[in-house]
Amino acid sequence: MKRHLLSAGDLSRDDAVRVLDTAVELLALSDRPIKKLPTLRGRTVVNLFFEDSTRTRISFEAAAKRLSADVITFSAKGSSVSKGESLKDTALTLQAMGADAVIVRHQSSGAPHRLASAGWIDGSVINAGDGTHEHPTQALLDAFTLRRHLAGDTGDLEGRRVTIVGDVLHSRVARSNALLLSTLGAEVTLVAPPTLLPVGVGSWPVEYTYALDPALAKADAVMMLRVQRERGGGGGFFPSSREYSRRYGMDARRMSLLPDHALVLHPGPMNRGVEISAEVADSARSVIVEQVTNGVAVRMAVLYLLLSGEGTTR
Amino acid sequence: MPPAAAGTSSSDISGSPDPLRASRSRVVLDDHDMGRALTRIAHEVLERNRGSDGLVLLGIPTRGVPLARRIAERIGSIESHPVPVGSLDVTMYRDDLRLHPARTLEHTDVPPEGVDDKTVVLVDDVLFSGRTVRSALDALHDLGRPRAVRLAVLVDRGHRELPVRADFVGKNLPTSLLEQVHVEVAEVDGRDAVRIEGPVEPAAAAPAVPAADQQGEGSR
Repeated sequence: MKRHLLSAGDLSRDDAVRVLDTAVELLALSDRPIKKLPTLRGRTVVNLFFEDSTRTRISFEAAAKRLSADVITFSAKGSSVSKGESLKDTALTLQAMGADAVIVRHQSSGAPHRLASAGWIDGSVINAGDGTHEHPTQALLDAFTLRRHLAGDTGDLEGRRVTIVGDVLHSRVARSNALLLSTLGAEVTLVAPPTLLPVGVGSWPVEYTYALDPALAKADAVMMLRVQRERGGGGGFFPSSREYSRRYGMDARRMSLLPDHALVLHPGPMNRGVEISAEVADSARSVIVEQVTNGVAVRMAVLYLLLSGEGTTR
Repeated sequence: MPPAAAGTSSSDISGSPDPLRASRSRVVLDDHDMGRALTRIAHEVLERNRGSDGLVLLGIPTRGVPLARRIAERIGSIESHPVPVGSLDVTMYRDDLRLHPARTLEHTDVPPEGVDDKTVVLVDDVLFSGRTVRSALDALHDLGRPRAVRLAVLVDRGHRELPVRADFVGKNLPTSLLEQVHVEVAEVDGRDAVRIEGPVEPAAAAPAVPAADQQGEGSR
């Protein structure tokens, strides 16, 4: 593994499989009386969140704590960032505190890359979502969840068909998943209105289409994306939420078009009634709650693989 | 006295492996010896425990696991009912995680009976520094509170770095730190054997330590 995890595209197939296999063993920990390992004792992990987040932040926090690391959570609200402190000065402060890993979420695409390559900090940088760019640990936990259901715990996603639906343009989850799932051999199809597909999507290792219904019959899994109102999704990209929902929302009728074994995923937080109906979100095919549980195990695997043995690389 | 003989022997010399890397490998236990040692350990475990009540065998991956299964099978056939057997991965509890690249995790599989109030017998292939056993005791502590913990090893090669000793030993094998002990089990390696590998001239080398430090316990 490399020292940082900035993009799902940086992971080779072996790296990705290693993370997933490690996470399989770590998931078993949640059934044990003591859900804690001493592995990262004495290491400091900083959660650096410039943007709001519930599940990613608490998931990383739980993962680091289960590995016995000391966790410092930093959110931009209520910190000196609101007084105008720059990313660089914030990074230097963290370095002075001796952070072994910095988990960063930032509204600007590329901020984690800057943090990792500028030489401000020595620790590993883990991208927890940057702008509309990437969210690699989300892709890893989605791949983990898919593998668990479609290929047994340690099987292969080769040839499995995954359909990603919705606001691809603003979605870092879609980009990371498209890269990672194709690295793992899955066939990815993006479905979105033309206004919500990014420029240059033709160069991604995926297929894309504008119509949802025909793409459902052959899907092993459907991943619904959130309409990102805070990034402008909905404003001018489609006429109305109702129309979006009718054309691209997952409802009971569309769920019945899926093969019997197919799963429904959503990275959360959901807009119930827009991209996914409550009936689908709460159905037996939906693995949305399980995605959260798996997220902790996958993030533990990432922290373990990046942070142990760092004496050999420095 | 065929004239070809000289030519053959000289070509033999040129075809021999790199003399600097040459090592002597000898088999100390063959499959029959291993079988007998495991049978004896099974009897000793039963004798010490006065039967199989409350026994749980946990093998330490990789090769401790098949060895634990075989001891459990033997105990099962002696007592004519099965004893619980599982595996205990100690990777996350090791004290040298920062010194090596991240190790791949092995499977931990605790029998449904759990370990609380049980007599747990840890099974490993080679007892060396004692560090793996220390990690195993920590890992076990997080799983529950056994009534007692015992240690069974196929080979005790000495050179302890921690105050650890085995309760049941297949074979005591005095070794030099320059030597490596390899345990092969059919389930993993395709055959059963214990081999010692060492430098060509064991006496000539100084009693060095650093090389052996790198090998880690088990030196598989």
